[in-house]
Parts: sequence; C-alpha cells; structure tokens
Amino acid sequence: MNQIHHPMARYLRPGKEVTTSCPGCGEGIIAHSVLRAIDALGMDIDGFTFVCGIGCAGWIPSPYFAADTLHTTHGRPVAFATGVKLAMPDRQVMVISGDGDLTAIGGNHLIHAARRNLDITVLCVNNRIYGMTGGQVAPTTPASIRTTTTPSGNEEPAFDLCRLVEGAGATFVARWTTAHPRQLTRAISQALQHRGFAFLEVMSQCPVHYGKLSREGRATDSLDFFRNQAVRRNQAARMQPGELAERFVVGTLVGEEDIA
Amino acid sequence: MSEQGAVRTGRYFMQGNEACAEGALAAGCRFFAGYPITPATEIAEHMAGRLPGVGGVFIQMEDEISSMASVIGASWTGVLSMTATSGPGISLMQENLGYAVATETPCVIVDVQRGGPSTGIPAVPFQGDMVQVRRGSHGEYEAVAFAPASAQEMFDLTILAFNTAERLRTPVFLLADAAVGHMREIVEIPAADSIERLRRTLPDAEADPYAIKGFLDPDVAPMPVFGRGHKAHVTGSCHDAYGMRNVVDAQALDTFVRVLAAKIRRRTRELAVIETGNTADAQVILVGYGLVGRAAQAISLQARAAGLPVGWIRPVTVWPFPDQELREHCAAARNVVIMENNLGQMAPYFQALLKDQLVWSLPPQILGTLHHPDYIMSHIEEMLK
Amino acid sequence: MNNSVTEIRLAGFGGQGVVLAGVLLGRAALEDGMHAVQNQSYGAEARGGAARSEVIIATEPIIYPEVTAPHVMVALSQAALDRYVADLRPDGTLIVDDELVARLPADASHRILGCGFTRIATTELERGIVANMVMLGYLARATGVVSLEALHRAVPGGVPSGTEALNVRAIDRGAALVND
Repeated sequence: MNQIHHPMARYLRPGKEVTTSCPGCGEGIIAHSVLRAIDALGMDIDGFTFVCGIGCAGWIPSPYFAADTLHTTHGRPVAFATGVKLAMPDRQVMVISGDGDLTAIGGNHLIHAARRNLDITVLCVNNRIYGMTGGQVAPTTPASIRTTTTPSGNEEPAFDLCRLVEGAGATFVARWTTAHPRQLTRAISQALQHRGFAFLEVMSQCPVHYGKLSREGRATDSLDFFRNQAVRRNQAARMQPGELAERFVVGTLVGEEDIA
Repeated sequence: MSEQGAVRTGRYFMQGNEACAEGALAAGCRFFAGYPITPATEIAEHMAGRLPGVGGVFIQMEDEISSMASVIGASWTGVLSMTATSGPGISLMQENLGYAVATETPCVIVDVQRGGPSTGIPAVPFQGDMVQVRRGSHGEYEAVAFAPASAQEMFDLTILAFNTAERLRTPVFLLADAAVGHMREIVEIPAADSIERLRRTLPDAEADPYAIKGFLDPDVAPMPVFGRGHKAHVTGSCHDAYGMRNVVDAQALDTFVRVLAAKIRRRTRELAVIETGNTADAQVILVGYGLVGRAAQAISLQARAAGLPVGWIRPVTVWPFPDQELREHCAAARNVVIMENNLGQMAPYFQALLKDQLVWSLPPQILGTLHHPDYIMSHIEEMLK
Repeated sequence: MNNSVTEIRLAGFGGQGVVLAGVLLGRAALEDGMHAVQNQSYGAEARGGAARSEVIIATEPIIYPEVTAPHVMVALSQAALDRYVADLRPDGTLIVDDELVARLPADASHRILGCGFTRIATTELERGIVANMVMLGYLARATGVVSLEALHRAVPGGVPSGTEALNVRAIDRGAALVND
C-alpha cells in the first residue's frame, strides 16, 4: 500500500511531526502557511534561518522546521536575528514569535529593527494573551477582557502592532488571521520577497486561555470572530471611526499591492 | 573575510581600549555589536572605524541586551564576534550571557569596569564586577575571565580570549578596569603570521544533519554553524547532544548542567595564567589582579629591596579560579594579602582555598584608587613583626 | 643600571587639552627610547570639568602604573592647582599658566615657572586651542623630560591631521619662552 505523505512534511524534522500545541490552537495553520509560502516560492529551506523567542509561537519553527533554527531568550529574537542577518546577508532570516515576546518584553528590538529597515521577515502571532504561562494580560489584550492578572477586566488599551511598526519605519506591513489562511500564505510570500523589514501580524486563536477567559468561546468561535470582524483596508477607509471600534483592518497595510 | 590590513604590526604608544580592539581584529574578530558606555566606548569607536575595512560588520544596537543577542546570532554564522561594555551593560547582558553558555556560543565580552553599584562613577578604576561575571546570570554554569594589567595585555589577552572562546565554545570575558582601558603604554603588535588564531571545529560539511552531535560534549562538540545545511537547532532550553529540547527530565538537566560545567572545570589547569615573583621564600605574598596586580608586584619588589621576604602573585586568569597554582605559590607563606579595588570580592575564594595561611583582604584606602605603596608597606611591616 | 623615573601631572579643565598633551608627552618619551605610561581622569562634562593627565617616563619598564608624588606638575587653572598640588614633591617643578593661576602654594619649596600659554596661543598663534602645545614645548625645554626633537616626531599621528604644522609651531613657541 502506498503511504500518504502530507505535502509539507518534507519541511519538517523527521520524528517531529506532532506539535505540542493545545487542541484548537491557531499555530498549526500558521506553520502550514509559512511552509506553503516557502514551497510556492520554490525556496530552499536550508537557505533560511528561523529565529524565535519564548512563548507558544516560538514553537512553530522550533524544533519542527527542518532548517537552521535559533530559539532565543524571551523577547530577543529580533536582536539575535539582527546579528545573523548582518553576518550572513545572503540568507533568509525569518522571526516567528508571539505578541508578548515581540511587543512587550521585546518591543524595543522590534521598533529598532523596523527603523533600520533590516532585511528580515517578522511574523508575529497575536493570540491576545500569554498562553504558555497560563492566560495573563498582554499588551495586545483588548480593554475590559478578564485574564488571570486582570481579574476585574483589563484597564489598558491594546497595542495596534501594525501601526506601531509602520510608525517605526517598516517597509512592508500586513495583518491577517488564522481565518484567512490563503491570504496569509500569499502575504508571507510577499513578505519573504520584500527587500527590507517585513512585518506580519497574524491574529490567532487561543481557545484554552483567551477563548475561555474572555468568553469568546471555542476555536471555531474565535475563527468566526476573526472572519466577521476583519475589515479590508479599502473598506475601512470608507467607514466611520466608530464603526471600526471592535474590528481590525486586514490586508497589506504598508508596501506593495494588496492581496485579493 | 579579509585578513588584509587586520593586523597593524608595529610598536605604538596606544590606549588600552584601542589595543583591545586591535587585538580583536588580529584574532580574526569580524563582528562587533555594542552600545556606548564610559569607560569602554573607545573600543566600539575603534571597531566602527576599522571593521568595514577588513570585511567585518559593526553595529551600534539599541541597548546592551540586543548587543549581546546579535553577537550570539553572528557567532552562529561562524564569524568571530564580540561586544564591549561596562558594569551597567554587563548587568543587561547577563540574560543572553546565560544563553551563550547554554548554547555553547563562542564570543568575547569586554567589561571595562567602572565604580558602582548602579551608574556609579563612569571613569574611575574599580574592580566591582569580578563575581558578577562569574555568577551574574541565573542557573549553574562556569565562567572564563582574564584580567589585563596593561595596554599590551589588552591586546594579548583579547587574542587569548578569542582563542579560548573558539576552542571551548563558550563566552569569555576580558575584565579590565577603567584605568587599564584608558591608559596609554607601549603596545607591540607582532607580525600577522606569528599570531596564533584558534577556530572552533565544524561538523563535516557532508554530515547527515540529523546525526550531528553538536552540543554537550565535555571535549567540545563541533559547532553546527548556520548556512551549511546542518539544520542546527539552537536553544537555551535544556537540550540533548543533538540540540533537541528536553524540558521534562531531571536526568537531561543533570547532563546539560554537568557537561557544560565540566567542559570548563576540567581545563582549569590549562586555562590558568598567573604571574608570580619571589614566592618561594616569602613570608608575605601580595596578590592582585588587573592593574592592582602591578601595584602588588611593584610594592613587593620595593619590600625586597628593603630586605623584606615579600612575594607577589598576579592571577591573569581569574575564572576559572586557578586554585592549584595559587595554592602551590602560597604554600610557604604565612600571610597572603589579597589586594583588590573593591571591598574584597575574590578574597573569600582565597580564604576558602588557603587553610594554612592568614589571608587578608585589603582594599585601597580610597576605593577607586590604586593601593598606595606606603599604605601596603606599613601593613607588611606589621605582619613581619 | 639606575632606573630614572619622572612623574608628571598635567591638570586643567576639560577642553584645555591636558589629555592630548599627556599623550604627546608619552609618544615623545618613546621617541627618546624611554618607557612611558599615560593615565587620565576627567569628570562627566565634555567641556569645563576637571581634567587630569599623568605621565610616567622611565628608563626601565614601568610596573607601578600611577603617579604617587609628581616631580613635575602643570596647572592650567586655579582649580586644578588647588585640587592636585598637594602631593607634588617638595623639590618638584610647578609650571602654571600664570595668567589663569593667581594664587600659588604659600609654603612653596617648589621650583615655580610660568607663562601666559593661553594668551600667547590666542594672540600670537591665533588659536587658543594650542595653548597645551605651547605649554608642552615649554615643559620639554624647561625640564628636559623629553627632547624637543622627540616632541616634534610625536606630532604626526598624535594630533588631528592637518594641524601638524600649527602644533609644531606652538611647541617651538613654548620652547622659546624658556630663559636659557
């Protein structure tokens, strides 16, 4: 009998095909999109160095992707990636990490790499919470959401990550969600081909912590939320500010043409 | 990357910090990341001017955390990499220093010490970071550090630091103080072909990437640097010889910690560099490292000239603590005086080592200054009564 | 062989160039075939704070690397003199910019010399910034710690390029101020 192989399995380390993500987690979709994009571009995965930090999203490439991988300290992957890229400018350097890692503890490295227009791709998985430590508030947690460290509801507003890196000088910025895997894949290919600092924010579900604590619900409820609340950039331009309050803009926000 | 012009052979009246930068270039360093801080800034400035001309990269990062991070990133591409800072920067680098130890990343960290704690005094010589570089990062690990006493040693020991880092795949400190960094003296830079340059071993280029044991060998594993198809997996988490994470088993942690420590501990003797004089018949031995070591030597010679049985020891390797050599040289003495430009950071290590001697901890009269000969002589005379 | 050691302290405020003067003195000592160590200390201010540069010149390698009791001290400001003169050897030489330093040590057993280095640099050389070089030429001639020829040879590479001729002129002007 012929064995059936997943088309992306050849990009995984042998024996590392089973992820440690919780059931319903969005990271599998994102991992898949990254590998699909590399595959579609015909790139050699040995030409990549993946750099990740501490937190759930760091475990997207590490240790699963069959490529050079630098799994760094918490918050610092962009700073490590800076050294890799400058010392080896011919290689693709891709940072994959979470919102807490990249924008709370690592926020300064992120904005300075954007300012330098360093030729790397940063994919930020935004699950709106600290997942690995069990559901604490993040800089991306929407106001009023209850977490284990905001038992009475979050009193702080959330970061708009795309506007943050745009303001810092990023030359390619896009936001998609795990409810838009095809668009996400195309955005990743665009980012990988972009010369300069490319930033991708991927809204992702965390049913175990965020979904439960915020009462957003199960993974599918989060995906519905992403699908319903996402607004394309051209649509958003026609909307009143009040209408955008609970919603978020998706698409290519800075850089080349938008993705259909 | 070019060796052309990297070694400025000749005899100079050169500042210690500049000599350090020239030593790095001569050793083959081609990546520097740092953040301005007195009294170490001249090293960054000199590297910024020199590295592009030898095919290297200089970057001023946003802080010392990222400086250390990018140095490690660059080292994983196979490039000799360094940073230079002072105590406040060392505090920020401790996080990624631990990462460099855990991932066996060769790199050199220069600490030109200032007066502290906190911002302290930027340009006053002080030896306040001796234990910080040994124990400053969390967890259990071994450190390697050399303490230069002259501008010439800023050159020579920077090369030794790189060679040691490359050979043992571990971060190595150069622990200068503000006066050594800023002083100018004769510096002789030898011919390029007479400089020993050690390099990390690499896995066979054709090796099956999944069969490479790139970590946790007490005899130092080959380093599966990036860009050669090794599919290296580098993590600061507890891992096995293949770099694969294991954050469950205490046995894995035990191996992780013990092997990393053994790599250094086993080589304590061969890493030990110490300078001594007149110790064999000395009743009093003056011990000092860095610039204070020169005071110990000078005062000891002054005492000898006055007919007093005084010897001196200057540990150049401060970590790993060169215990056997120190014990041997102190064997005959009754009094061992640990002169430090701090309140006695290394003294407890000597006190634990030397059970048959009276071990005195002797800071200078005014911290941040060199021990005055008259002050030490009065103590020596007291001890010899 | 006798080890001859001379300890020299140059003091002023930041911006007067005492550090550069110390460096040139050390470079000149090498040109004379001597050993030299130069140390410096300064405050946080880039300009105007206290600045001190010390040089030891010896025939043998220098072990104790700091000045303990200078044989020669130069003070280019009153504050520098007041702050640093205490451990000048009783038989030491004190050189001051006598238009910037008014109050000399009361019980001075020192050999005290002085000139208006800053005024001469400003008026005759039209560059106040080379007052340190005028002082250095004067110091070399008056004390003999380094030769004037060595000081000349120390200039190229020791000062910003393009200013060599000006610095040499300033050194020579300073040397000429010494009454033989």
